[in-house]
Amino acid sequence: MNNFTYKRAESIEDALAQNNSGGNSSYLAGGTNLVDLMKYDLTRPDSLVDLNRVDGHHEIYETPEGGLLLGAFVTNADTAWHPIVEERYPLLSKAILAGASAQIRNMATNGGNLLQRTRCYYFYDANVPCNKREPGSGCSAIPGYNRIMAILGTSESCIAVFPSDMCVGLAALDATVHVEGPTGSRSIPFADFHRLPGDTPEIDNTLLPGEIITGIELPANGFSKNYSYLKLRDRNSYAFALVSVATGLELDGNVIREARIALGGVAHKPWRVREAEEFLAGKTADAASFGQAAEIILRGAVGFPHNAFKIELAKRAIVRNCMMALDPESQLPGAQPSV
Amino acid sequence: MLTELTEPTTLKASQPVNLVVNGTPLQLNLLPWVSLLDALRDYSGLTGTKKGCDHGQCGACTVICDGKRVLSCLSLAVSKDGSEITTIEGIAPEGDLHPLQKAFIEHDAFQCGYCTPGQICSAIGMMKEGKAKTRAEVKELMSGNLCRCGANTNIIDAIMEVQNQSVHE
Repeated sequence: MNNFTYKRAESIEDALAQNNSGGNSSYLAGGTNLVDLMKYDLTRPDSLVDLNRVDGHHEIYETPEGGLLLGAFVTNADTAWHPIVEERYPLLSKAILAGASAQIRNMATNGGNLLQRTRCYYFYDANVPCNKREPGSGCSAIPGYNRIMAILGTSESCIAVFPSDMCVGLAALDATVHVEGPTGSRSIPFADFHRLPGDTPEIDNTLLPGEIITGIELPANGFSKNYSYLKLRDRNSYAFALVSVATGLELDGNVIREARIALGGVAHKPWRVREAEEFLAGKTADAASFGQAAEIILRGAVGFPHNAFKIELAKRAIVRNCMMALDPESQLPGAQPSV
Repeated sequence: MLTELTEPTTLKASQPVNLVVNGTPLQLNLLPWVSLLDALRDYSGLTGTKKGCDHGQCGACTVICDGKRVLSCLSLAVSKDGSEITTIEGIAPEGDLHPLQKAFIEHDAFQCGYCTPGQICSAIGMMKEGKAKTRAEVKELMSGNLCRCGANTNIIDAIMEVQNQSVHE
């Protein structure tokens, strides 16, 4: 790890001012990704501004609009096990609990979860080219071993995937990200927060330099009656997704009124296709309808030599997870298949 | 690439870090890049907490920080200033064993023992969280602690026994 100075911010304003004092500064929250990247010498900040003790943004509370505001500095564990999240947004709770380990979830914050870097092994290997780590150096994953890489929204520059489970849930729930920065505060719809790699894969999201996530707002509807999160991976727990699916359904009997489906492990951002959700509205909630929606969602998917299996896997995972959403009571711990 | 260490920078960067470790106040003076794990092992003489991967993947460094199980390897000690830490050395009075330690012995829940301090601190944190009731849930919530000797089945047996005892108490 490189040498750096450490400053503790008292407030968001203080953090913005300290960050603004020049140089290459990073904000520190839970540290579960940043400190690791620093240990690998992949991120080398001159200074860290510690946000853990800023006043505010450490709570979860219901908004006047009927939604829920998740403070940026609440831990992933406290969020997943918050009584209101468990009751009204169980899809989010399940998605969070499918990620990382209990210890990491006790440290990692909600804001930090959105800002995770990819776990592409070539990004982590400083000895090989990587456009995300070193723009213009090339992509080692395309000609390399690409089992964990993306099948949707890839570019010639980068086929890395965004690793978060929580964010797959947030995408399905249509969350909004609240940020404060040097030029003021703004809100970013979740779908616009993360970006596709294009020819600038070094940029993961639309956060501007110096901006701090202060909260994540959930709209009123949490799809708490019919929901499911399915995570398929190389071991049953504590591994990143090969494919994950978040589903929320609103049903009238066995007819779908509204559907939300988001995928993880397949792209540079959580993947959601509105056309598929619109297709499902008014259809019977059965494997045939979900299968047709899966075809729409995977339209345009391109596999690489070691991950082409993900295309079929994702389609089947969508169908299975939507069927699981019909019976949330029978779901198993760890976002494992229950049907 | 090797990091260049220059003495004036390091001297300037040291800062006071106050921790309460196993009930004892510790006043340390640390560089900001010292992890909580290194602060315990190298600066406090508490080597019960183990360094496995040092990257948050194995759970060997698990300690209880302000009541919650965390990975000390990914925690910067300066950021934990003022925190109360419990390590494996502090889970039971001197000369006594914690129920989990007894259960680990009874169930042969280790071979080399390297992951054991982390396993036990993690299990204490898990039981305090109160979210794991069934064996499947315990397995899921203990998945952040790897045992390369493969004692996992016995580890879960030991934890289940202590958990069932405390439920019945």
